[in-house]
Amino acid sequence: MRLIGSTLLAAAGLAAFLGFWEALPRLGLINPAFLPPPSTIPAAFLKELSLGVWPEAVASSLSHYVVGLSAGAGMGIGLGLLSGMFRPFEAATAWIVRLLRPIPGLAWVPFAIIWFGVQPSAAVFIIAIGVFWIVFFATQGAVRGVDRDLVEVAQAFGFRSPWARLTKILLPAATPGILVGVRTALGQAWMAVVAAEIFGVPGVGARMMQASSLLSTDIVVVYMLTMAALYGLFDSAFVALQGWLLRWRA
Amino acid sequence: MAEIVDTAPVIDIEGLSLAYERGGTRNVILSNLDLAVPRGEFLVIVGESGVGKSTLLRVLIGLAEPSGGSVRLSTRPGCRTPMGLVFQDSRLLGWRKVVDNVAFGLEGSGLSKAERRAKAAEMLAFVGLADLGGRWPHQLSGGQRQRVSLARALAVDPDVLLMDEPFSALDTFTREGLQDELQRVQAETGKTVIFVTHDIDEAVTLADRVIVLAGKPGRIAAELKIDAPRPRRRRDPALTEAARYLRSELSRRSAEL
Repeated sequence: MRLIGSTLLAAAGLAAFLGFWEALPRLGLINPAFLPPPSTIPAAFLKELSLGVWPEAVASSLSHYVVGLSAGAGMGIGLGLLSGMFRPFEAATAWIVRLLRPIPGLAWVPFAIIWFGVQPSAAVFIIAIGVFWIVFFATQGAVRGVDRDLVEVAQAFGFRSPWARLTKILLPAATPGILVGVRTALGQAWMAVVAAEIFGVPGVGARMMQASSLLSTDIVVVYMLTMAALYGLFDSAFVALQGWLLRWRA
Repeated sequence: MAEIVDTAPVIDIEGLSLAYERGGTRNVILSNLDLAVPRGEFLVIVGESGVGKSTLLRVLIGLAEPSGGSVRLSTRPGCRTPMGLVFQDSRLLGWRKVVDNVAFGLEGSGLSKAERRAKAAEMLAFVGLADLGGRWPHQLSGGQRQRVSLARALAVDPDVLLMDEPFSALDTFTREGLQDELQRVQAETGKTVIFVTHDIDEAVTLADRVIVLAGKPGRIAAELKIDAPRPRRRRDPALTEAARYLRSELSRRSAEL
């Protein structure tokens, strides 16, 4: 009963929100060119779809997203493991981390354009930087937090090399913490996608900028909702993957 | 049985010391300890907390570096893992199924995964948990976890089984069940066992020989051979007498300090 009740309430809340949104431009309180009523969105979506613009923009953004996220998260996990495992590595990089860490990912846009041009690789670079630090710190903390007693089990059975320690104990034991970082990165990476594409790399962000310069705000909304849907899809898939990987937990 | 006594001890410790520095003060845990363990013996070490019992096991398995003295092992040639350790808190790896926990020490031994699993399943059956190989560790009771931990240590076929207060966290009923089980395991495998506990009744039930560690740094304060027949009965007067003697030695030693 409780579940049904709260689902009903959530649906009612969403309906009220859409009704309010629809009313604002319809009653002339806001210029429809500035805020398109939601009822116009499906038509705009179908038009983008039939022109073939939507699939192209989404495919292009997805490829930036997947490559950038994989590169950034891969680097974050790799360096996070090194930093968590080896004190000297952490000490040697401590001030470099302090120097670079506070620089927002978007502050790298000028260099991304200078180094890569207005190319997909520039978008990938921005996205990778955006997620790198999140995953790096999550991984480092997770490795640091592994129970030393478990490391002793490996040693007691003769597994004493750093590689054995990593693969037999540290990596599996740190996986829950690393996955939390990757999940945060999943959301962060979408923000970076839009930001990276707004400066011209073809994709959802670029298409939004085009549409907004023509005041086709209904198309802007189509892509905003597209991103919400894609993020929801990726997040749900990731949560399912996480649940499977961590099925050993109580 | 006489030939066992005649052969070289499987562990021969001479003048073993262990000390560490912390905050500028030197802590001596063990000092000038001599101990020989004949092959096949069930040796129990009793003593109060902090007397260096666990430290001794940690030295034997290479988790702690001695600061002086020597430890000579006369293990079987070609034995990859001469020591198998059972921890007080089981320390199963939560992300591995029970059978893969037991197979843990066999990795890198040249056996295929299927062979390791088969060996692990055999060890699980040996400790009475044949059906639980597919479970996750968190699904087991405390007593079952310690059985798995014992199977994991036995799976590598060590020369010596080291047990660090393995039953101290269990309830009395489970503990006594596992004590009986361990005696059966030892009788069937003939393994040398070094078992650390602070429970004197447990010590006399299990041991061929009990040594009392006492003092700071820890020294061997008393030693007692127990030759009551096996399987041991807990009400055996010889065991009760042995326990009484060990209690009096322990309290005398702690009164001296």
